[in-house]
Amino acid sequence: MASEENPTPAQIHWKRNLQLVGGLLTVWFIVSYGCGILWVEELNAYFMGGFPLGFWFAQQGSMVVFILLIALYCVRMDALDKAARESEEQS
Amino acid sequence: MSIQGWTYLFVGLSFALYISIAIATRVKSTKGFYVAGQGVPAIYNGMATAADWMSAASFISMAGLLSFMGYDGSIYLMGWTGGYVLLALLLAPYLRKFGKYTVPDFVGDRYYSNAARSVAVFCAIFISFTYVAGQMRGVGVVFSRFLEVDIESGVVIGMAIVFVYATLGGMKGITWTQVAQYWVLIIAFLIPAVSISNQMTGSMIPQVGFGSEVIEGTRPGVYLLEMVDQIHRELGFPEFTGAFGMGHKSMIDMLAITLALMVGTAGLPHVIIRFYTVKNVRAARWSAFWALLFIGLLYTSAPAVAVFARANLIETVSNTRYEDAPTWFKNWEDSGLIAWVDHDQDGRIDFRPGPAFKGKPNFATNQDGHETRLTCPEGQSDCRGLWGQRKLLNAASLPRVLVRDPGASDQALGALMTPEKAAAIQAQYDSIKLETFHNELYVDKDIIVLANPEIADLPFWVVALVAAGALAAALSTAAGLLMVISSAVAHDLGKKMLKPDMTEKEELRWARMAAGGAVIIAGYLGINPPGFVAQVVAFAFGLAASSFFPIIVLGIFSKRTSKEGGIAGMLSGIVFTASYIIYFKFIAPSSNTAEHWLWGISPEGIGSVGMVLNFVVTMTVTRFTPPPPDYVQANVAAIRLPSVEKLEGADEMPAH
Repeated sequence: MASEENPTPAQIHWKRNLQLVGGLLTVWFIVSYGCGILWVEELNAYFMGGFPLGFWFAQQGSMVVFILLIALYCVRMDALDKAARESEEQS
Repeated sequence: MSIQGWTYLFVGLSFALYISIAIATRVKSTKGFYVAGQGVPAIYNGMATAADWMSAASFISMAGLLSFMGYDGSIYLMGWTGGYVLLALLLAPYLRKFGKYTVPDFVGDRYYSNAARSVAVFCAIFISFTYVAGQMRGVGVVFSRFLEVDIESGVVIGMAIVFVYATLGGMKGITWTQVAQYWVLIIAFLIPAVSISNQMTGSMIPQVGFGSEVIEGTRPGVYLLEMVDQIHRELGFPEFTGAFGMGHKSMIDMLAITLALMVGTAGLPHVIIRFYTVKNVRAARWSAFWALLFIGLLYTSAPAVAVFARANLIETVSNTRYEDAPTWFKNWEDSGLIAWVDHDQDGRIDFRPGPAFKGKPNFATNQDGHETRLTCPEGQSDCRGLWGQRKLLNAASLPRVLVRDPGASDQALGALMTPEKAAAIQAQYDSIKLETFHNELYVDKDIIVLANPEIADLPFWVVALVAAGALAAALSTAAGLLMVISSAVAHDLGKKMLKPDMTEKEELRWARMAAGGAVIIAGYLGINPPGFVAQVVAFAFGLAASSFFPIIVLGIFSKRTSKEGGIAGMLSGIVFTASYIIYFKFIAPSSNTAEHWLWGISPEGIGSVGMVLNFVVTMTVTRFTPPPPDYVQANVAAIRLPSVEKLEGADEMPAH
């Protein structure tokens, strides 16, 4: 078992994974619960075309962001997996 | 060709397609039967997941709900899509890496206990039957509305189709039929959506048209949403885009329901099971992306369809004289999904907030009691009012039928009206007078999607396509749920608990029999729906949220979580959530209002509190109980590794 100062590639991989998931879930929370529900009345004072902004987040924006979040996760995880495989091959 | 001719053609063609796929994808192994041989490419698994997930409710009812709930309907949009983010980031890749066939299988192995496995089997079967009954009913309703066969025969035809491809092809057959069903349902949903968007706003993309100016009607050049808000203000409705208005939901309740739906979605076994069918972890992640993209096509169009339909409905119907109402209005009145009660006797359809009468419409027919016969001429199958509208027996319309209707013959009145009867009717009338109905129009939410092509004057074949799409949505979801029941019975109950020495051939026979048995029970529930079907949908999500989600997440992200913790957490989550729902839905439905709820959270949203409770109990009990055996901890460590070939010891069940 490697120490805190000298983590194994697997530990680095897991830590980065958790950071990535944590970051993405923060955005997930902000667009849906935040912009879509908690701050909806404030945001509805602003317009995007015919959409009151809070309403748009609740009925369109949050879903678009969800799709992008999963896409970003897949791309980042592919890169993390690749990095882990390469460092394993080197060692 | 007539609408019915087109419908027979489209439905027949789509069914022939599903059956030929089933024959082409027969399976001989349990791996093929449970998880389609784990060779489904990510993009196709995405399509299959989308069809699996989008049920009769998503296809038929959701746009209608949005149309009548305005902003508050966002709980369904965000709740039923946001769960995929949780699924993709927290569950799917790890469950796939764990390498099991079913959700109870993961729970049983990770929590090294058959008690945990049994609780999971029970939840999986309960959730799936709750859900599948609604799908079968949906199949029957579509048949009866578009093909003029009765609901029972419709359910039987649906059962026969699902029976063939579920027992023959198992998960493999279901996967590839779901791929076909996705395309049928998405095309059927988008063609009317695109046409109506183009008619009203000149934009071919509904998501854009939704936020554009209207080009026709009484207020050209005004933004569509602004126009709907204006009309709402004029008629006294809360604004469509205004928060916490039309749907009568508070902020706290919206937060709780959205969370319960998201977490429930991520914990539904028929969705999770789809991620076992792909080749590897990478494919599991990408199929979550494809699934949400394909689901998003429908889910981002649905709110646009809801607004188009709302605008169309009000513009063409509100304040119109009944005799000038469009044909579709009368057609759907004939099938009982629209009803008009002329409270102020002016012959105009007044569409206002609030109900038009108490409860569901109860149309008067000649077979009913004396009061009805008074107003129905002999030989007429239903009773028409002054303007030709169908009459209702609902409380509010009854006294006026008796007192004011010029069609009623005085002689008949005199013959049947005894003083006691007159007094009784007067008393009833007095009690009803306390409640005044300003609204005159009843519209069933389902017609928003079903009648949309007619409202927008689209050709007959589009109407037929919508029928085929609704059937595809219902059948694909039903099949996915039946697979969960089949694998829970044959694999988790049979192979893992009752008869561990079963051969593969025997297990496969169990699985086929379980699938067949489940189809028959589901069909029975579809024909004789328990009166509480609508109420138990909250159950399915609440239970999935409060049972599976927390212990799967903790099972993956905390090695230390013990079996005692997991079992205690699952049980407390389920018991709390189920008691709350049962109390407000069945024991004391009259007190099902915000002031009696815990923190203002409705039974629909209580699954989120149950989920938190499950997390807290699991973590607390874990602190005071021994850690899991080393091989379980090693397995959890293994599923976190970037690449792993094989898990060790996962098949060994410790002796109790």
